Amino acid sequence: MADEDKPDSPAAPPPSGAEAASPGVKPAVPAPKPAAAKPTAAAHAAPPKPPAVMVTTPWEGPVCDALKDRFDSGITELSTYLGQNFLVAKPDAVIPILETLKLELDFDYLVDVTAVDYPKRAERFDLVYVLYSFARNERIRVKTMIPDGYRPASAVGVHLAANWLEREVFDMFGIQFAGHPDMRRILLPEEWQGYPLRKEHSILQQDDGWVRENLGIESGH
Amino acid sequence: MPDATFLDATELVINMGPQHPSTHGVLRVILKLDGEKVMGTECVIGYLHRGVEKIGENRTYQQFAPYVDRMDYVASVSNGLGYCLAVEKLLNIEAPPRAQAVRVVLTELNRIASHLIWLGTHALDIGAITPVFYCLREREEVLKIFENYCGARLTTHAFRIGGLQYETYDGFEEEVKKFCDWFIPKVDEYEALLTNNRIWMGRLKGVGVLNAEECKEYGVTGPVLRAAGVQWDLRKAQPYSGYDQYEFDIPTGENGDTYDRYSVRMEEMRQSTRIVRQAVDRIPSGPIMAKVPKVVKPPVGEVYVSIEAPKGELGYFIVSDNSTQPYRLRVRPPSFVNLQALDRMVRGGLVADVVAIIGTLDIVLGEVDR
Repeated sequence: MADEDKPDSPAAPPPSGAEAASPGVKPAVPAPKPAAAKPTAAAHAAPPKPPAVMVTTPWEGPVCDALKDRFDSGITELSTYLGQNFLVAKPDAVIPILETLKLELDFDYLVDVTAVDYPKRAERFDLVYVLYSFARNERIRVKTMIPDGYRPASAVGVHLAANWLEREVFDMFGIQFAGHPDMRRILLPEEWQGYPLRKEHSILQQDDGWVRENLGIESGH
Repeated sequence: MPDATFLDATELVINMGPQHPSTHGVLRVILKLDGEKVMGTECVIGYLHRGVEKIGENRTYQQFAPYVDRMDYVASVSNGLGYCLAVEKLLNIEAPPRAQAVRVVLTELNRIASHLIWLGTHALDIGAITPVFYCLREREEVLKIFENYCGARLTTHAFRIGGLQYETYDGFEEEVKKFCDWFIPKVDEYEALLTNNRIWMGRLKGVGVLNAEECKEYGVTGPVLRAAGVQWDLRKAQPYSGYDQYEFDIPTGENGDTYDRYSVRMEEMRQSTRIVRQAVDRIPSGPIMAKVPKVVKPPVGEVYVSIEAPKGELGYFIVSDNSTQPYRLRVRPPSFVNLQALDRMVRGGLVADVVAIIGTLDIVLGEVDR
């Protein structure tokens, strides 16, 4: 969990945010810098206005270097937030990255695949892969941003665990994975309309037609 | 020409569940059979889908805490611990030492309770009726401790973001110690019934083998992974809540079969008791809550925090947009991911083994479906 750095980390982000300018891998630097300067004085006892973006620090380490060498243009960001490493990759670079991570860097356990919906963004979805390496005892996240309707390549060819996890992403967000062996809904009924975890989908909304037809009742709300 | 229909009818498709008692809830398994032999399976899940992740986006951080108890309802304390740790990580705070120790005591007791439910039902599925009565008898004592502590037995909501809501009650330590002393002989009792029982061995040995490579490939964790010989436990690998202060062993198996998974879980109950003993002896005095604002508004960011739940790695991925509600709350459920390996485990085996294998995976459908 990398909690060792916890005691001093409230003070840590601001100085490292300033350093972040030098390696030149972090696009999000200019925005947090002025905002991040403020919390230094007050620590987090009486928080002034917190920064509106994630205050990350650059990720350093052998894994990071190996990835940088290999996927120079495919990776747009390599950062750490609260001691957790993640990288942002271009959509078509994700599968090669997962492959390299698995075969050469021992990240052989795909923990989770999920998505986050940002409806106002041009690239609407964050697709997040959580990976773990038994040999290194290290966890990283691979993120990519995809527009609505884009069909990212399936990771099933690299990790079998991706099968159901990607089906769940499809079920909840409507993201179709290209090359997936069984791209169907998994938790909701197959004929169900709508993708519940999209932000425009209200919490009270349901497929009334399906409910009427299959359960013989009017909608439950 | 003799009519060949009987010999030609190679594949028979039957449904097991969703109302089958040995599927441990509403799991439907479509079995493709060739006689008694299983040629393939397909799981149909989602009967208990309640949209927990969507609810998470529509509740404040504190409001959502009771909901996590309803996922893996036989290990609600573990669910709560994982959630609290994830939000604490987002807030960059840590529960005070006293709260951490009490959390460990309750979480390990909950692991024992969860394993007892597994043992009782697993043995019942296989035809041994007695253990379930013994197991529920012992589990009752654990639930009584929960009830005395927080008033609830099953969906406890025992922890709060930043620590604990309640101080321990008078006599908590004594009661827990008494339970530990009383419980260990009970585990021996179960083992006397089962471990060398010829029917038990015959039904479990060599059944549903999942080796270490396959476990990693499918993302299978928890006792199933350890039974395959991988000595990996998040409590040791990435200690949280002060687990690094306690001495305990990670039991492993060799063959990755149903019998090894049985042995691993039996030993885990003993090890959990060992942890509880140490933790309860050393509960420090001090506050039980960290400084947490009344309105939890974590800074913009995202974290993935996971713990070793009784079933495997339980993870929470939370994205905060600096509002009072999570922007996205993802639960990585161990049961869901482990269930995916069912097909690999039963393929080529017998129908009767499917029941044993579903039991040995120790899934809770409330967590599979969320």
